[in-house]
Amino acid sequence: MKATKILERVLAALPIMLGVAITVFLFMRLTPGDPVDIMMGRGGAVSEGEIEKLRSEFNLDKPLYTQLGIYLKDAIHGNLGYSYIQKYPVTTLIIERLPATIELAIAALIISLVIAFPIGIASAVWQNSLLDRLSMAGSFLGISMPSFWFGIILILLFGVQLHILPVQGRIDFDAHLSIKTGFYIWDSIITGNHVALISTIKHLILPGITLGAAEAAVIARVIRSSMLEILRSDYIVLARSKGASEWRVILKHALRNALIPTVTIIGLQVGVLLGGNMIVETVFSWPGLGRMVVSAIFARDFPLVQGAVMVYAFTFVMANLIVDILYTYLNPKITF
Amino acid sequence: MDITPPITKPTLSLIHSWRIRLKLWKRSAKEFLYDLLIHPTALIGSIIVILYILAAILAPQITVHNPENGNLRNRFTPPAWEKDGTWEFPLGTDAQGRDLLTRILFGSRISLIVGGVAVGISILIGSTLGALTGYYRGKLDSIVSRFADLLLAFPFLIFAIGVMAFIGPGITNLIMALIFKGWVEFFRLVRGEMMSEKSKEYVEAAKANGMGSLSIIVKEILPNIINSVFVLGTLRIGDMIIMEASLSFLGLGIPPHIPAWGSMIASGRDYMLVAWWVSTFPGIALLILVLAINITGEGLRDILDPRLKLEG
Repeated sequence: MKATKILERVLAALPIMLGVAITVFLFMRLTPGDPVDIMMGRGGAVSEGEIEKLRSEFNLDKPLYTQLGIYLKDAIHGNLGYSYIQKYPVTTLIIERLPATIELAIAALIISLVIAFPIGIASAVWQNSLLDRLSMAGSFLGISMPSFWFGIILILLFGVQLHILPVQGRIDFDAHLSIKTGFYIWDSIITGNHVALISTIKHLILPGITLGAAEAAVIARVIRSSMLEILRSDYIVLARSKGASEWRVILKHALRNALIPTVTIIGLQVGVLLGGNMIVETVFSWPGLGRMVVSAIFARDFPLVQGAVMVYAFTFVMANLIVDILYTYLNPKITF
Repeated sequence: MDITPPITKPTLSLIHSWRIRLKLWKRSAKEFLYDLLIHPTALIGSIIVILYILAAILAPQITVHNPENGNLRNRFTPPAWEKDGTWEFPLGTDAQGRDLLTRILFGSRISLIVGGVAVGISILIGSTLGALTGYYRGKLDSIVSRFADLLLAFPFLIFAIGVMAFIGPGITNLIMALIFKGWVEFFRLVRGEMMSEKSKEYVEAAKANGMGSLSIIVKEILPNIINSVFVLGTLRIGDMIIMEASLSFLGLGIPPHIPAWGSMIASGRDYMLVAWWVSTFPGIALLILVLAINITGEGLRDILDPRLKLEG
């Protein structure tokens, strides 16, 4: 039964993804500016014949719906076109940059959870205490803070003033890491390179905090409010009256149920994480997908922008799908 | 049994009904102000927001400097309290020798205009579509709802960056890009409320009294859901302001010669080693404004719409 429900959800996500692909395609084709002109803009004098050749090579001479058909067919096969500027397949360029972006996103998520859970639980347990008030004020600050500015302040503080943490890139040049998967933490562990491991972790701290701060604030607030509601419910009173220790009640009985809204919000926050990714990668010169997109925008390298936007949107749809599926496990009462 | 005849439309003249309405508004406005007074954070927040609005309007009167032209001889003058600082430039100057405080004051115009206009038009479009589709359902509903679902598949900032990449920077383009996705949330809110209110007794009563659908929507249902829209709108202004600043920071929002906080922070980034103040102060201005808007919104939510509270 559960399997069919999950399958239903997956199938429901497919038209959305198709819609996303069509939207991105139309946006790109319907905005002014001929792609061939952009490509040739750098090449100097070009003959009419060459322009025609390029147009047919990129299928630009065909009607729009034919172009769309070709584009969708290629996309299903993992072909998102060629970058105008870098002259490589878009898919290759994106895959090359993904490990850096994923590593940073995971670091940010871990940092935010490590901050949010203890704060959220403690402020619910000691509601209205000084700790509660301070952490809720802090979370307000976290929500209202623009991440790019926070990143710059961290750089000023830890990089420029204190000189204790690196503020650019993923690793020190002298770490001599031999790259296998592109995930530097993983690579340095499997090659046993401690210097590289420490350098990678150090490089992850500031961007990770910058990206994770707003996340942590939102998640902490949700944990707090759902814990507060649950701690007042009947079954908690029952668990207490049965003689369960206070921490057992909090961690086992209450937290498990508070996880449901928390997982939802983490899923929704993936969207914020992806958007923030472009900003934070730009601030910290992080060689990931976000920074590549930003420079592609300025180079008017539209296939690359288009491919990356699609990857972002697909990730977001997938994240929400996973949240929906996780629901069934966390709360058996929920049916779709 | 005393059967009073039901009050029909003609018996209540238009003027009379408006008089009642005005009285109700006056009373609820009074209650609202009282609630605001006993809600200190909301009060402080709204006072700060009002100060920002005043500063934005009066910027040319407050400062003597030109926000767009500076004197290169004054470049990187530190804030007044630092060594070499002068009170002529209280918060120091940037790389072109322009007074930072002046640019921050003028920059608040961009933030407030973009945030206010983007949210205002989003509310207008979203509520209208939401009210119509939620009440009538039908084909329009399924088309608009599908479109809204599609837009929800894009993270907001990514969507805005994508749109700006294609249509190019500029304040009108920026506002359009934000509205393009911003209306969806208001649409979903109003549509959902409309669907649940529609089956309630007071709507049935209005129908029985011979009221037309459109006037039921506007006069009967909308007043009951306008509070939620207002609260959500306030909270979204802060988000839109951050979004505008983020886009301007990336160079995709407001063209660089116009003072906007995002691009000011970006320009200071290149001079972090010599002039920490260029990035720091516009960011603080931004942070305080968004913080004030958010605590106002949160307070308004407690006062006007306690139901929304659970959503985080």
